[in-house]
Amino acid sequence: MAAKTIISRPIYGTLSPQPGKHHLFLADAEGALAIVDMAKTAPPGFFGGAEIVFIPGPDGKHVAALEALRPAQFHLAPSFASLLPRLKQTLSNAHMGLRLYLSGTEGLIGQAMQVALEAGIDHTSMQTEHRGSLARRMQCVHCKGITENVTTQPATCAHCGLLLLVRDHYSRRLAAFQGVCINAEDRSEIPPIEEAFP
Amino acid sequence: MSTGTTKLDVVVSDVVPVNELVTRFHFRRRDGELLPTFSGGAHVVVEMRDGERTRLNPYSLMGSPLDTREYTISVRRDDVGRGGSLFMHRSVKPGLEMVISYPVNLFSLDLRAKKHLMLAGGIGITPFMAQTAQLAGEGGNFELHYTCRTASLGTYADVLRERYNRRIRLYHDDRDERIDLDRLLSTQPLGTHLYVCGPAGMINWVRDRAAALGWPSEAVHFEHFAAPQPGLPFDVTLAVSGKTIRVDEQQSLLEAIEAAGVDPPYLCRGGVCGQCETNVISYDGKFIHNDHWLSEEDHRSGCKIMPCVSRFEGRSLVLER
Repeated sequence: MAAKTIISRPIYGTLSPQPGKHHLFLADAEGALAIVDMAKTAPPGFFGGAEIVFIPGPDGKHVAALEALRPAQFHLAPSFASLLPRLKQTLSNAHMGLRLYLSGTEGLIGQAMQVALEAGIDHTSMQTEHRGSLARRMQCVHCKGITENVTTQPATCAHCGLLLLVRDHYSRRLAAFQGVCINAEDRSEIPPIEEAFP
Repeated sequence: MSTGTTKLDVVVSDVVPVNELVTRFHFRRRDGELLPTFSGGAHVVVEMRDGERTRLNPYSLMGSPLDTREYTISVRRDDVGRGGSLFMHRSVKPGLEMVISYPVNLFSLDLRAKKHLMLAGGIGITPFMAQTAQLAGEGGNFELHYTCRTASLGTYADVLRERYNRRIRLYHDDRDERIDLDRLLSTQPLGTHLYVCGPAGMINWVRDRAAALGWPSEAVHFEHFAAPQPGLPFDVTLAVSGKTIRVDEQQSLLEAIEAAGVDPPYLCRGGVCGQCETNVISYDGKFIHNDHWLSEEDHRSGCKIMPCVSRFEGRSLVLER
């Protein structure tokens, strides 16, 4: 569970069934378990109005558990990039009354939230639950490149190669944590690199 | 001086009867300068000096926020109220010097919205006059559904229709025209914000249906100024200032506290903003809560009261003031 360090650091909750007719779920890997747990308290017929879009983890688990919930629509996607056109299409055709539920890694929650914000959903009215890896999506504040799945502190920018301190400073607009050069004074100074976001 | 209640010295520049119940009042600054900028949905508190009594009533600004040469309010005459609206209708004439508060907005537009869906009932139309003018100036996307008792009491319906044409839908109670609320709320594009102003029953109905149909509360905005209701006189002890005061039949608790020389904070004087929330130290009797600010739990606990609109009946009441 993420701790509140600075005000921009996102804090996630626990999925709970909301009133409404149309429920859109986006989950990756162990995020599926958040949906399965929530289903235990959902009213009868809830998933008859639900659409689940799922990105399985490398182990390919949890697909059957989600199918067993009998959602009105179930869609598997290999990556966030591959589901993006579908997500944008769904949101642009949606009406008020659609509720959004995001569960899994911070990268998935953040990127889906970014698209939903543009579609006009307030971030406080989305249901979120963090499950699985603590890996971060990081923006290098120097070259602006985004590095996915950052697990170390410090971490190397995949674009410009600078060694970056991964801050808790988060941008909802970019769906990324900010990475700042950790050895700007003397590049030969390499601090120990630890597995901080397993 | 109370929070946010910096005063403006104004003169009544025009008084225009709109229909059998509603009259419009225009104010300009006495020094001839422009009035402060405001945004659609803002209100001012008008001081009414009526002989010995001073009433302070909130009214929504209904002019265009793009024009600050004057402020305009519309007052519906309430023959059984505490007399504020009757004073406005009978005693306020062009040329009268009055004092009003700076504008305060507790019902502002959320300009991130993709679309603004507005629901007005009766005199609840006034904040939407300013909001529609603001949005039209910016090319904003809005739709207004306005319910009134009869066509002749549809204050400004004709003006709105002329200005905005099909963006305005009218419903007349006497013709049995009813808004198909569930259908309306279920067919709005994602990113729509809902605004409702009118009688308490209408606001509760709209909020309940919106919540049931999956509208998040962040997208639902409402304003209802509860006019202070008259009631039986009662005595109150103000523990901090060491005073015991009597609240008259036609006076609000807040007005009685002010008349005793104690100056609690306030903004809306209509039970919505929360500024005048007051702790109860002890009581023996029953509260008559009329506000929209405190939770039901607060109301039951007997620990808090909103003195702008709520009253008390019983043997003793001690407040932390």
